[in-house]
Parts: sequence; C-alpha cells; structure tokens
Amino acid sequence: MQDWRRDKRAFGVLILPPSAWLVLFFTLPLAIVWVYSFGERGPLGQTLLALSFDNYGRAVEWINLSIILKSVWIAAVTTAICLVLGFPLAMGIAFAPARYKNLLLLLVILPFWTNLLIRTYAWIAVLRTKGYLNFALEWVHERIGAVLSLLGLPDLLGPFEPLLLLYNQPAVIIGLVYVNLPFLVLPVYATLEKLDKSYLEASLDLGAGQWRTLFSVTAPLAFPGIFTGLLLVFILALGTFLTPDLLGGPRSIMIGNLIAQQFGPARDWPFGSALSFLLMYATFVFLWIKAAVARQGGGVSY
Amino acid sequence: MSKPSLSRFSRRNFLHGASAAAVAFAALPRRGWGAEEKKLNVYNWDTYIGETTLTTFTDTTGIAVQYDLFANNEELFAKLKAGNPGYDVIFPSDSYVADMISLNMLMPIDHGKIPNLKNIDPDPNFSNPAFNPGLKFGVPYMWGTIGVGYRKSKVETPTSWGDLLDSDKYSQRIALLADARSVMGIALKYLGYSMNTTNQDELDKVRDLLVKQKPHIKTFAPDSGQDLLLSGEVDIVMEWNGDIISTMEEDADLAYVVPKEGTQVWTDNICIPVGAPHPENAHAFLNHIHDPEVNAEIANTIKYATANKAAKAFLPTEDLANPAIYPPSEVVSNSESLVSVGDFTPMYDRAWTEILAA
Repeated sequence: MQDWRRDKRAFGVLILPPSAWLVLFFTLPLAIVWVYSFGERGPLGQTLLALSFDNYGRAVEWINLSIILKSVWIAAVTTAICLVLGFPLAMGIAFAPARYKNLLLLLVILPFWTNLLIRTYAWIAVLRTKGYLNFALEWVHERIGAVLSLLGLPDLLGPFEPLLLLYNQPAVIIGLVYVNLPFLVLPVYATLEKLDKSYLEASLDLGAGQWRTLFSVTAPLAFPGIFTGLLLVFILALGTFLTPDLLGGPRSIMIGNLIAQQFGPARDWPFGSALSFLLMYATFVFLWIKAAVARQGGGVSY
Repeated sequence: MSKPSLSRFSRRNFLHGASAAAVAFAALPRRGWGAEEKKLNVYNWDTYIGETTLTTFTDTTGIAVQYDLFANNEELFAKLKAGNPGYDVIFPSDSYVADMISLNMLMPIDHGKIPNLKNIDPDPNFSNPAFNPGLKFGVPYMWGTIGVGYRKSKVETPTSWGDLLDSDKYSQRIALLADARSVMGIALKYLGYSMNTTNQDELDKVRDLLVKQKPHIKTFAPDSGQDLLLSGEVDIVMEWNGDIISTMEEDADLAYVVPKEGTQVWTDNICIPVGAPHPENAHAFLNHIHDPEVNAEIANTIKYATANKAAKAFLPTEDLANPAIYPPSEVVSNSESLVSVGDFTPMYDRAWTEILAA
C-alpha cells in the first residue's frame, strides 16, 4: 500500500471529491446562514443583507434565553435517562454469547429503518387518552376490580381514570429517549466490545465485588464511549424540533421549534439564522469540552 | 385541505422540489415561438380539487397537467421566493397574495382570456378584494372560516370564543391552532380589537389573556385539531371549517359553530406566478375552474364554499344551507381577513414566543 506522505498527488485526487462535497453542501450553506444572521428582516419577510448585531441581541434576550436554557435542561434529562437505560443494555449486548450479539445489535438499530415521523405518530397512538397504554391499564384495572369484587370489595378501586400521558413535558422526554437511545448504546457497546476482559477478571480475582468492578474498572475503561454517547444524545436532543412539536403541550417549546417558527410563519430568516448559530456555538462548546477531556484521557496510561 | 403553520413534512419537499426542477428542465428547451406546448404545471393544496377537474380540463383543451402538492402557504411562498421552479398555476391564501404582489411574484392576469370571470360572486369580498384589487393578479377559488369544533355530548353549544380563550369550563379539553397570527387574531377579535392590529397595548392584552388561559389548554395543534376531537383527546377545538366538516361525516356527535364575536374569514386564490412557462394554458385553466359545472363538482367534493355564484345552481341545497360551509352574512360581516402587518410582524412573533415560553 502506498503511503500518502510519499505520494501527495494520489492523496490529493482521493481527497478532492469529499472536500468539494463538504465545501459545496456544508460549508457554503452554513456560510450563507452565517451571513444572513447579520441581516435584517424586510417588511414583507424578505432577507435584507446588512451588518447588524440586532438578531444576536434579540437571541440573548431573556425570553429566548429561557427557551434555550429549558432546551438544555430537557436535553440533559434525556441524556441522563439514556445513560441509565443504555449502559446496562450495551453491557448486556457486549457480554452476550457471540451468536446473539448481531441479533441484539440489529434490534437496537431496527427502529432506524422506519421514518422518524411515523415512529413519533406511533407514540401518539400509544400515549393518548384513548391510546394503547391506557387501554392496557384499563384492562388490568378491570381484572383487579373483578378479583376484588369476588373477594367482596367491589368499589375499592373506583372507576378507571385514564392517565394524561400526551401533550406534556414527560411525553417529549419519552419521545426523545426513545429516538436517541441507540446513539448512546452503539458507542458504549463499541468500547465495551474492545475492552480487554482480563482486566475485569483481574479485578474480580483480586477481591473486588461485581459492583466495585463495574464502577472502578468497567465504567472508567468504557469512558470514551460513554462520553461520546452522552455528547451525541445531548446534541441531538438539544436541537430537536419534531418531537416537542408532535408530542409536546402548550409549554413544550424548544429552541428547534423557535428556529422553525422563524424560517416558517414569522418569515424572519435573519433572526432564525442568529438563533441557529447560537445553538451551534453552544454545540461547539460541548465539542471543545469533549476534546479537552480526550486530551486528558490521553495522558492517563493504563 | 389543511393549513398548518409548521411545515412538518419537509422530507416531502425534496420530492416536490425535484419533480418541479425536472418539470422546469423539461419545459424550457422546447419553448419556442408560436403556440405553447400542451402542458401545465399546477401547484395546489392536498385534497383541494374535484375528482374530475383535471381530466375534463385535459379532455376539452388537450393540455396535460402535471399536479404537485404543498402543505401550507409558507411552503408555497418559500418554494417561489428564490425564483419560480416551473409552476404555471398556484393557490395562495389572501394575505400571501398581497405579499406576493408586493414582491413581484405574481403575473397580472388577462381578463379577456377568462370569460368565466362573469360567474364570480359580485360581492366585493370576491370580485374586488382588498388583497387583490380588481382581481388583477388572480381569481378567487374557495373560502371559509375558522370556528369552534366541539363534541355535542360533552360541550354546550359554544356562543363565544371565551369558552376556549377565557374560561376554565373545559380545562385540559381545549386545543387551539398552532398558527400564531390566527390564534392571536381570534383572541384580538374576542377582546373587541381588529385581528390586524398594530397597537402594542392590544397585542400585550392578548398575550396576557393567552398566558392566563394556557393551564387549561391541552395543546396548540399543528393542524391536527380535528383528529384530537375525533379521538376524544379534547372536546373543543379552534379549527378551519373544512377540517371539522370532514370529521363530522365520520362522527355525528361533532359540530361546528362560529362564535358571536366573529372570526377570521379566508379566501384562497388561483394565481399565475411570474416566470410561469405556460401562461396561455394557465389562463385556460383559470377559465376552466370557473366554469359553473366544473366549479360545482369541486365544491361538492371538497365541501368548501365556492366564490363562483353561477356554480351554486349545481350544488346540493343542504350544502348551501349548511352554516358551517356557508356562514350567515351577519357572521361574515362581523369577521375579518388577515392582512400583512409589515414591520409589525416581529411583534406578533415575539408575543407568540412569550405565550409559548410562559
């Protein structure tokens, strides 16, 4: 195999198409949005180019900042739940017998084969007042009621009151956890898979219990994967707009919805662009933290 | 038809864009002198045309129709804003017609090529609307109202918007539209102001009213109010009349009413965008739509009110007498159409953000 250091031309030919693609379809549109973010909204919703920082000033007003902070909070809760659910799942797959591994991984990836919009509508059918979850609860309720009336306590449970599960904040978080869980499971699984199992055996042999081994050996060794997963889930949840739009109630607006509002009905592209860039800067901060953590991690030898 | 405020089906836009681009590409090279090629590219709302409209057009004129769909005015506007991708006929709503005229996005129509213009209702709302004086840039199509859809067994017949906007009577059983201007506009009507106000105090009062009402509102439905009503999730919704009428056919317990304070009346229009590759054919299409029998077949299929007076002779009397389709004149005279508020638009957006964030 040729070393690219020795044959720069071959390297150049190979790198040209992807670079051109990135510049044309990623950097250039992004640059346009960046230029727009300093523009002004014309009276009819036109985007007028200008050099104004008004949009950024507006973006950090408390009303918009409060929506950004709430989005960060919702993304953080989503990420935490994904970790609690996803880490054991990843461990289960990593330590499963080899012949089941691929099947289990496939089950994690399977939801991606269906359109996100359809999966979100499916959650509406599950969570709504006359949805499948409430039907199931009602069925259980009736059965328990029947048993109780056999025991001579007919009115102990009272009539079934359906739970209000849709159009509120928990519904949004359920939707976000569901959508983003694979993004945590996959990187964590990848590091656990590569992990040298003899470390764990050594830990157990030397007297540490299962829990001690999990928290002092497995988790630290899998940290790069965990951190990547957390970051992925957090960033994806932070910028979401479909889930709060469909599952959320009157209080569920997130930064993504605010941006969509600007590019849609408000026809205020400059302000929407400024909000988008604010979100992007926030994302850069988190990526910078990741880079810093990675540098530190590189210094530790094990 | 539906009029959501958010374009949720953006993946679909790609297909529309691609097909429009293909159409434009195919249309351009063959455009020469003399008669136009026998083609027409129509861009309309979903489920917003008769079952036979297009086939009868092709049969009488020999012009083949390429038919594309959009989900809301924003999508239509965004598609044409950067230049017409090849459409000949579009169906924008009133305030968008005004904006598109100001931005030179519409072609003036030649009334001499549309003899069926004589069939249009002489009421100035249709024959000389404020957003399109003298019908210079298009002809009216269908019109309707925003009103209250409700479940008769659970809700007393609403007479005031207050049931939705200023009362805890139906707490957590209410859904409003997710359309900022429409919801705030109707709240303005409820408080006795114009729905096109540019007075900050009035807008602030509307914001305070809606913030106070929010604990009782289940959700701002992005054009799904009729589904929420049908599935029993809520019992009273603010919705476009046609959406409720179509669900009333599925569930006899549902009804539609326009409250006494008046409402938003909208008119959709048929226009020819600047850069249309087949303007002659487009005029023929406008004329075809306003043929009384063709028009009646459309109105009969989609159950919206037609702006074509001659077509009413071919419509079932129960539709003409249905106040949900053709609201009584006192309701209409009490109502307003949305118009562009120009530089004041960001104030509406800000108030809406404050309502949603509260």
